[in-house]
Amino acid sequence: MRLSPTGALRHSGNLFAMALDVVRTLPRRPFQAREFIQQAWFVASVTILPTALVSIPFGAVIALQIGSLTRQLGAQSFSGAASVLAVLREASPIVTALLIAGAGGTAICADLGARRIRDEIDAMQVLGIDPIHRLVVPRVLASMVVAVLLNGLVSVVGVAGGYFFNVVLQHGTPGAYLASFTTLAQLSDLWAAEVKALVFGAIAAIVASYKGLTAQGGPKGVGDAVNQSVVITFMLLFVTNFVMTAVYFQVVPQRG
Amino acid sequence: MGVEICVEGLTKSFGHQVIWQDVSLTLPAGEVSVMLGPSGTGKSVFLKTLVGLLKPERGSITIQGRDITRLREHDLYEVRKLFGVLFQDGALFGSMNLYDNIAFPLREHTRRSESEIRRVVLEKMDMVGLIGAEEKLPGEISGGMRKRAGLARALVLDPEIILFDEPDSGLDPVRVAYLNQLIVDLNAQIDATFLIVTHDIASARQVPDNIGLLFRRELVLFGPREELLTSDEPVVRQFLNGRMQGPIGMAEEKDAAQVEQELARIDEGPRVRDLTPRLLPGPGITRPPRWEAIARREAELHGTGVSSA
Repeated sequence: MRLSPTGALRHSGNLFAMALDVVRTLPRRPFQAREFIQQAWFVASVTILPTALVSIPFGAVIALQIGSLTRQLGAQSFSGAASVLAVLREASPIVTALLIAGAGGTAICADLGARRIRDEIDAMQVLGIDPIHRLVVPRVLASMVVAVLLNGLVSVVGVAGGYFFNVVLQHGTPGAYLASFTTLAQLSDLWAAEVKALVFGAIAAIVASYKGLTAQGGPKGVGDAVNQSVVITFMLLFVTNFVMTAVYFQVVPQRG
Repeated sequence: MGVEICVEGLTKSFGHQVIWQDVSLTLPAGEVSVMLGPSGTGKSVFLKTLVGLLKPERGSITIQGRDITRLREHDLYEVRKLFGVLFQDGALFGSMNLYDNIAFPLREHTRRSESEIRRVVLEKMDMVGLIGAEEKLPGEISGGMRKRAGLARALVLDPEIILFDEPDSGLDPVRVAYLNQLIVDLNAQIDATFLIVTHDIASARQVPDNIGLLFRRELVLFGPREELLTSDEPVVRQFLNGRMQGPIGMAEEKDAAQVEQELARIDEGPRVRDLTPRLLPGPGITRPPRWEAIARREAELHGTGVSSA
């Protein structure tokens, strides 16, 4: 790939144009329900287990970090509050994003890339079928839905992992841990996290689809596309996460 | 009835590299045309431009009064329903079996019942000789079968224009002969406009009404088959005879002086203007008037012993 400033601009523009196309194509009938369910099932099946396995140690690490700090300050009763806050607000959307991009996005990109280099996408267009409507929209929706559900999973497993480590391993008080749940965190945190997950799911699927559909240069091109799609998605996700967090703090009044 | 395609001053480049420029030709309605050219002269690019998959820099492609190069994406999908395209490797959908692949356009674009779809699909599969392979996946069959399945899928919506991207690449000579016969039979039966992109000279001699030759980033010639087969243009003669002496080199074109030398050295002896007999529709096919006329002309040319065999 040749590097040039206009090339980077053009790719960003094309990516954005495709995102707009997806939005514009979204309401078009008939809705590809079959493809949507297949893709949602597929993305869920490749992400659920790794997500759960990643969120247990994530919750545990937060519990460990906070546990010793709160003990020193004599604020053990707050360790539950801090743990929930950290898992709910930051850890779960990020873990969700990483897994949606890493496991779901790569699969989408590789699949579409392989179809592109085998001329399947061209054939589809020649048969009068818009690949955005037929392939991309169901994938984006599937990835969004699964991201929202995964976010719930991460929150539950993360908090449970934190509880286990705090109560069982660090001998915290179960009652205090549970009672302090809502001292810092509030319901709007959960909503915000779900919205983040929704947006992350959309970004991951759109970037993966874009890179897949524009893959060129044979099998190696597909490999490159997958690689680039992961890198681009991660960068976009972390920037988006920062912006959304900043906006959230401005919009929603905080407790404590 | 087929549809005429009128190409006017078409130019396509990728970045600074010009693929071909100022290509003008008219594919007559209902006739078979072949686009020849050495590898890498952008024959496939030409084909993809015709269906609007690639946008040319300049020029126009007019089909039924509409310029494909200026259509909006939505209208383009409408015009594309006129086309059937056979891609190089068939471009079948890997996740579907052959039956579903061929039924796909019908299910997407028509409201026909499943039993009616079945009738049409089996009819087309029979046409290309694939009966019995309905349940096979594209990964499980040979390249020749994939091509024939791709052809069946291209035919299923009864297109007015059929484009073939190297139908003979990767096939053995016998299968190529069968495929050529199939193409001719099809033309007699459905009367669509055919464009075949290839570098197989034998097919180009037997099958088409018109031949074009792409070389050195331009269309060297486009005209009736007889005109090209008897042309004195060095590029055309070199290509049709498949020899090394001439303007076409291994990597690029050669310089003029060398070409002069080489051409002077060729001793062609008495010029054999072999007009290979045309392939005619098979015995079972009812010939439309156009093919009747062609058959009569062929009989005059070759049947009375005038021609060199």
